[in-house]
Amino acid sequence: MNHTVTLSHLRLCAAAAAVLVLTGCATTNNPQDPLEGYNRAMFAVNDTVDRAVLKPVATGYKKVVPEFAQTGVGNFFGNLSDAWSSINNLLQGKGEQAGTDFGRVALNSTFGIFGLFDIASEAGMQKSDEDFGQTLGKWGVPSGPYLILPLLGPSTVRDTAALPADIGGDIWKYKEPANWRNIGAGIRIVDTRASLLDASGLLEDAALDRYEFLRDGYLQRRQSQVYDGDVPRQADEAEEAAPAASEKRQ
Amino acid sequence: MKPFMHLVAAAATVAFSTVLVAAPAAAAEAPDALVKRISNEVIDSVKADKDIQGGNRSKIMGLVNEKILPYVDAEKMTQQAAGRHWRAATPEQKQKLTKEFRDLLVYTYAGALSTIKNETVEFKPMRGSPTDSDVEVRSQVNVSRGEPITLNYRLSNDSGSWKIYDVNVLGAWLVQTYTSTFNTEITKNGVDGLIKRLADRNAQLASKPLAAPAK
Repeated sequence: MNHTVTLSHLRLCAAAAAVLVLTGCATTNNPQDPLEGYNRAMFAVNDTVDRAVLKPVATGYKKVVPEFAQTGVGNFFGNLSDAWSSINNLLQGKGEQAGTDFGRVALNSTFGIFGLFDIASEAGMQKSDEDFGQTLGKWGVPSGPYLILPLLGPSTVRDTAALPADIGGDIWKYKEPANWRNIGAGIRIVDTRASLLDASGLLEDAALDRYEFLRDGYLQRRQSQVYDGDVPRQADEAEEAAPAASEKRQ
Repeated sequence: MKPFMHLVAAAATVAFSTVLVAAPAAAAEAPDALVKRISNEVIDSVKADKDIQGGNRSKIMGLVNEKILPYVDAEKMTQQAAGRHWRAATPEQKQKLTKEFRDLLVYTYAGALSTIKNETVEFKPMRGSPTDSDVEVRSQVNVSRGEPITLNYRLSNDSGSWKIYDVNVLGAWLVQTYTSTFNTEITKNGVDGLIKRLADRNAQLASKPLAAPAK
């Protein structure tokens, strides 16, 4: 997938979302998901694409490609995202973690041979995946409604607004020539999907309604990421109280 | 031969007295110590057992039933997931709902267990006071690839021993994640409708082979 493609998809999605907001499609039982009608439709589209193309390819990749190579691919792109994570930690005022991320990139890019080996993790420098959506959250920007993006999947209005920055902060975007960049982007997508195969299998087992299950899990996870795993119990309970309030209205 | 028999007798005595000593100690086990013990026992069992790694269902279920379920408050979990609908349910419905929900969690958990490989679990220091009757035990699973996975537990001490009533994976609490589904289904088809859906899913999972083991 080319990044220009991604961007044009984003524009398309923003337009679609705007249309849907205007026309209104409220079939909701969760106050964080006023766009449920649109979201469910897009979820179904993404799911179809996933089942038809991405999942089979990822399953094949996981079977055929030796495990060390898969780990190398994951590490390589993980190393690139550590650089962006470092900047986001800095923007969130977390100097120590920004330093750790920076150290990870320095160590893995050199002794880890262009990031193919994650020796920093083995040395106890833990990876922290920070993105600009989390930075905005840390700055106090509320997540806004849940939003399923075309191809990209679950997001929120805030995280979608942050996406251009995240795409801009992705070093691979600047890789020349373009066909290497595109091949790399393709491998990265397949590798990411492959790493999620176990989890998505579990999701299919555990969820009675995959859409709801994924939404409620995802929104909690994002909130937890903004708070770095330390969601204050009040904020947590406020979120829990919100659906209860909407139930009374029904 | 005689010294050997002495040794056996001594070993048996020690083992027996350890059991006697360990039993009362277990009752007073702190919540974090409890979770840590269960977690280590389960991981060690999985790592030591090729059948479990290969997805042997009956062995995995045995492990879950023996090592985990005694420490889980399934009724409290179900009650919280059902929210306001719980009070309206009959005792029989409550019991059935609890059973089906517990079974679903066991099936999914069993699927997750067979994927354990080189992971290590790291526990974080407990917060709160020792007299609390509701605590959160925080841990993370360090994986060979990517960010560590958050794995937190909520435990309560309602009846003299600590029991787990909610689990947080990757930042999402399990009970809260089920709340919407429970609410939607009960609103649409009643408590019996939800029980039926859970039972159908469980029947489907019981006949399906566990996720093929990773290489």
